[in-house]
Amino acid sequence: MNKPLRRIAIFCGLLILTLLIRDNWLQYVKADSLKDDPKNRRVLIARYATPRGDIIVGGDPITGYTETSGDFKYKRTYKDGAMWAPVTGFVSQAYGANQLESINDGILSGTDDRLFFRNTLDMITGKEKQGGNVVTTLNAAAQKAAYQGLKNQGGKGAAVAIEPSTGKILALASFPSYDPSTIAGGSTSDEEAWAKLQKKNNPDDPMLNRALREVYPPGSTFKVVTAAAALENGLYTEADQQTRTPLPWTMPGTTTVLKNEGDIPCKNATLRVALQWSCNTVFGKIGSDLGNDKMLEEAKKFGFTEEQFTPVRTSASVFSDDMNPSQTALSSIGQFNTAATPLQMAMVASAVANDGTLMKPYMVDEVQTHNLDPLEKTDPEELSKPLSAENAQILQSMMETVVEDGTGKKARIGGVKVGGKTGTAQHGVDNSENPYAWFLSYAKLDDGSSPVAVAVVIEDENAVRDDISGGGLAAPIAKSVMEAVIDSKK
Amino acid sequence: MSSTTNSPTHHTSTIGAIGAPSRRNTELALLVFAVVIPVFAYANVGLAINDEVPAGLLSYGIGLGLLAGIGHLAVRKFAPYADPLLLPLATLLNGLGLVAIWRLDQSKLLQQIKQAGTAAPRQLLYTAMGIALFIAVLIFLKDHRVLQRYTYISMVGALFLLLLPLVPGLGQNIYGAKIWISVAGFSIQPGEFAKIVLAVFFAGYLMVKRDALALASRRFMGLYLPRGRDLGPILVVWAISILILVFETDLGTSLLFFGMFVIMLYVATERTSWIVFGLLMSAVGAVGVASFEPHIQQRVDAWLDPMREYTLSRQGVGGHSEQAMQALWAFGSGGTLGTGWGQGHSELIRFAANSDFILATFGEELGLAGVMAILLIYALIVERGVRTALAARDPFGKLLAVGLSGAFALQVFVVAGGVMGLIPLTGMTMPFLAYGGSSVIANWALIGILMRISDTARRPAPAPAPNPDAEMTQVVRPS
Repeated sequence: MNKPLRRIAIFCGLLILTLLIRDNWLQYVKADSLKDDPKNRRVLIARYATPRGDIIVGGDPITGYTETSGDFKYKRTYKDGAMWAPVTGFVSQAYGANQLESINDGILSGTDDRLFFRNTLDMITGKEKQGGNVVTTLNAAAQKAAYQGLKNQGGKGAAVAIEPSTGKILALASFPSYDPSTIAGGSTSDEEAWAKLQKKNNPDDPMLNRALREVYPPGSTFKVVTAAAALENGLYTEADQQTRTPLPWTMPGTTTVLKNEGDIPCKNATLRVALQWSCNTVFGKIGSDLGNDKMLEEAKKFGFTEEQFTPVRTSASVFSDDMNPSQTALSSIGQFNTAATPLQMAMVASAVANDGTLMKPYMVDEVQTHNLDPLEKTDPEELSKPLSAENAQILQSMMETVVEDGTGKKARIGGVKVGGKTGTAQHGVDNSENPYAWFLSYAKLDDGSSPVAVAVVIEDENAVRDDISGGGLAAPIAKSVMEAVIDSKK
Repeated sequence: MSSTTNSPTHHTSTIGAIGAPSRRNTELALLVFAVVIPVFAYANVGLAINDEVPAGLLSYGIGLGLLAGIGHLAVRKFAPYADPLLLPLATLLNGLGLVAIWRLDQSKLLQQIKQAGTAAPRQLLYTAMGIALFIAVLIFLKDHRVLQRYTYISMVGALFLLLLPLVPGLGQNIYGAKIWISVAGFSIQPGEFAKIVLAVFFAGYLMVKRDALALASRRFMGLYLPRGRDLGPILVVWAISILILVFETDLGTSLLFFGMFVIMLYVATERTSWIVFGLLMSAVGAVGVASFEPHIQQRVDAWLDPMREYTLSRQGVGGHSEQAMQALWAFGSGGTLGTGWGQGHSELIRFAANSDFILATFGEELGLAGVMAILLIYALIVERGVRTALAARDPFGKLLAVGLSGAFALQVFVVAGGVMGLIPLTGMTMPFLAYGGSSVIANWALIGILMRISDTARRPAPAPAPNPDAEMTQVVRPS
């Protein structure tokens, strides 16, 4: 009986050997792919195992963290979450992350390679590993003014403020908004909050970042771009030169007469007067005179048709390239296909305010380790030069007239030069829906420097149609944002 | 058995090794390690999870030490020549199992879903009961050959145990497998005990029938085929294991019993044809059942594509389980050296994390190194068991020892292979490591029987009566 016994011994040994081989396969050969499998919950557990770094505004964190009871140790918290959501985005144990929280996840969660040295040092000295910080360019007072203004107004809308000389984004507000704290965890209440925020359950779509991701017809505010095109292409060279504009003016190739809003002095009006009263005829004719290509070229210089990376990606603003003269005329007064993000219109104002130079808009000033050692600093970058300095100054004087003595009077600030442009964009079939109220402006200090350029848009379904005009609804918000920036400079 | 005389290992297997060392002191020294290692592991878990040496460390250490000590003393008294490795190896596995169970008790997730929390103290109680049974076996089973008398009673007993889970009101259906019974609030797996009882029956039966099975056969295509009437028993056992598979949907137990029977049949008859026959029959049975039993079919699907199974389970499709994939992730995340005690996340396996899937916890926290060490400990236990079979002087003892060792090896293979995704998952427990009273108690009894057989085998024969005719008879005695 011993011969089969020995064979059984070998057989049992082979069974164990098979297990050993399988174990080596699993824990050596396949170990890394199993370990880093995104579905392996340990990946997420590791991500939430360290206190997440902060997003900082003006030296103060607008984020924080708290310990949770589940297997994810830390959860993100937000201060004034709804106000800052368009900047921060969210990071959720259940739903991932977006915007700054997602783009800078490596730094914030402490897994970025640049933090390796710091982490190793912390490990040796026995400190808990911590994520790095993201320092933003935003201005807390301006952001508050923008968000409160939109909130008090009550309609959907957005406001963006930029520092013209650098491109730093100072305010980025969207309304209605949401508090990302409510969806930061992975519990049932987070799940319910998430469901309530989804567009299919909530027609207000609070998670839409209207400042960067929604395009609106810019209406009359686009006339600033058209004016810039007229000056740059030499169609007209001065603010106070009479334009060759009949009234009424019939669009080329059609029998349609382009109308102005009300009885305003537009016949052969100068550019200044035309902008002051927002003459559709003057700017429509400039558009059709210049033609599609030249208008598109100028719009592109202001940033149209391109996505911007702030580093949060924006939608691309639209100016079509295949229009006949009458369509170009309509597009040049911000109708037809033309559409822009609020950030885009703030860029237009900022380029004019910065004497014609458009700076690349950005909102991350610096990323740093948790003990404030800088890792990467963003330098201001010139994006394009849509206007010469002289032409920019001509346009500035025209926009300043709009505020001093035109449709934008509500944006006047005592002791500060303000240039602006109102807009009331029609939309819907036969303009059946409520128009959008626009206002874009910049402020200029005595020393000639411009600390802020703003764009505000409001879509209000509840307001009475006649009440809507950029000057009435949007300008006061732009004014308070500019004031907040100027005050914080003092 | 005559063949052992010229084997190189004859000095432990032949009669006449007068004064052979009992090796009890070796056992004691090894036992110290078997107790100290788990105590350190226990302290390690406490430090990793709560940053402090666990409060129960001393009582745990003393408890495990006492149990091992009493076991050792009982061996010294009642089986002084028993194999010195079996008790320390089993103690080490049992101790490490307790630590892993306690570690999973600390998981909030498992506490929430009531899969752990108070398992370790209960397991310690079961361990005490197991060692008590181990000692009882050594005390009351003076000679393993006594069991031969109970061959047919064993058969009835084994069938009874196996059928218990099918009794309405007594059996429990837990996640599709009907292998538990519920008595006075305790869940018992009769299959664990049936394994031992069945081995006794097979050994007794085969010892009697081995000649008939071995010799009366016809040669067909190079194979010796048994006669029809001798084929009966194997067909019956095959049928029983298939029935277990069908009615209790317990692939593991079915495989275990059939495998154990084939091993013992092969050893008894020394006919390779039985192995071929056995493998064919088990393949036919398994494929046949799998093709019309949805539960088994699903196990196979889950084995072939654990990720799909995981996704279905996550989507809330009923009847699917993410365990298999979670176990693979646990092993992978452990890597070569593991995360260290208490620092893994094997609680993600959730259901049965501390019983059927406990090897995954070792895989994650002790890594490839730890799992290989544990598998080698199992291998050592099995090889000591087969060694005991080699040393045994009677066919019954040989058959019983190889049956028990073979079953043990098969169980380790089926469970570890299932958890590691080598073969489809079956609901069985890792001997000594896993949480479960039936398993621990039955396996301690198994070790007890093996030690009894090895004690009998190694015990020096009583000094021969003096023969006045003999000069110095030539006795070959190795130094």
